[in-house]
Amino acid sequence: MSDVPEFFLRFWPQLLQGAGITLLLTVQGLAAGLVLGLLSALARVYGNKFWRGLAVGYVELFRGTPLLVQLFLIYYGLPGLGITLSREWSAFLALGLNSGAYQAEYLRGSILAIGEGQMMAGRAIGMSKWRAIWEIVLPQALRLAIPAWANEPVSLLKSTAIVFLIAVPELMAVGKTIAARTYNPIGAYVTVALVYLAVVYLLDAFLKWAEARVKIPGFEAEGRKA
Amino acid sequence: MDSPILQVKNLTKIYGQNVIFQDISLDVNRGETIVIIGPSGTGKSTLLRCINLLTPANSGQIFLNGQEITTPEANEDRVRQQIGMVFQNFLLFNHLTALDNVMVGLTKVKKMPKARAREKALYELNRVGLSDRADHYPGQLSGGQQQRVGIARALAMDPSVMLFDEPTSALDPELIGEVLGVMETLAREHMTMLVVTHEMGFAREVANRIVFMEKGSIVEQGKPDDLFYRPQHERTREFLWKITELYGNKEEKHE
Repeated sequence: MSDVPEFFLRFWPQLLQGAGITLLLTVQGLAAGLVLGLLSALARVYGNKFWRGLAVGYVELFRGTPLLVQLFLIYYGLPGLGITLSREWSAFLALGLNSGAYQAEYLRGSILAIGEGQMMAGRAIGMSKWRAIWEIVLPQALRLAIPAWANEPVSLLKSTAIVFLIAVPELMAVGKTIAARTYNPIGAYVTVALVYLAVVYLLDAFLKWAEARVKIPGFEAEGRKA
Repeated sequence: MDSPILQVKNLTKIYGQNVIFQDISLDVNRGETIVIIGPSGTGKSTLLRCINLLTPANSGQIFLNGQEITTPEANEDRVRQQIGMVFQNFLLFNHLTALDNVMVGLTKVKKMPKARAREKALYELNRVGLSDRADHYPGQLSGGQQQRVGIARALAMDPSVMLFDEPTSALDPELIGEVLGVMETLAREHMTMLVVTHEMGFAREVANRIVFMEKGSIVEQGKPDDLFYRPQHERTREFLWKITELYGNKEEKHE
């Protein structure tokens, strides 16, 4: 434990680089997951039977199996089908697909919470269904989703640690290297844990700032009731 | 006289086993204010929703400016731009300011340039007496103010007909007057209006015609004085007597 300050001094370039890759994996996975999650949520609420079924299948599959299994299937399994992806692509795909399934549920819940009245009011001034979804339902649903959805970036950031198993040089992999080089696993992993804590703290602060920025006076209470 | 601006012909709406209304026919003339009254669950609100195609009717036809809007070929988004709708629970867009609520139809549906849309929206807000609330969000407005923004939002599209679905039923008594006042002004400016309401004072003072609906049919219609003082049907007399006793005193206050 007492080695921790020394580890920071000695390994800060590697730790910084690892944290950078961890953050990059998180942001990429989150972005891909947001697109997938949004599409799935819209498909489930507004789609026909086919799209609803597809979305349900996707969400159940990726929420119902471990991320590690998904990662290994993509990295070690897909080459058997003639699809070989790099480590980075495999990590990105697994994290994005997995996160999308969770985000779909957060977003679906908030879309349903907006209520049909808002859609009806949009249609009543001549908006098409998809325009009303885009202009009226989503801007409200996304705001409503933020408090619950804000768990996802933090959760995903910590999940990225498992991609060290396919040798992506993120923070956890840096920790393993330090542990091997110093024969001090406790010191190494405590150091890494502190870096994770710091990154999570910064991420949380950013999310709170973003939530406050898009907040609309009186909307929270009203929106939930409607 | 002009041909009716809105014609409803033999319209029927059925939900599952329930006949909501049957064989309703109604002609609305340009500039006319028609008030539809009747007991709850008589299909008045559903009738308005069918007219604006928010709910499909099972049979019958609706004509707007002589054009049938109930054919499958009719573009329902375009039809709804010509029919303004004001809802019982306001249904303002909660994420938009009062101004943007009125503007959004102009910029996103009518594709009007922003500057012009803004000018038009401010004009409509001024019409309902709310230009000083343009930057307020719905959550910062009283119910009466929200409903007036709702009216401005519908007016901004320059509709041929305005439909009001119990516009004051969700309001505290002291806020009803401001909304009825705006509607009265519109009626005097010869906006064509179809109003479902229990406000008998408004019906008597402002309507050109009152339609009494019960159990999914039109029982009787006519000039307010004829309906109030010389009803042809016993049911009309009973209903008006009951509702005037219930709401009458309250109305005297805000007139």
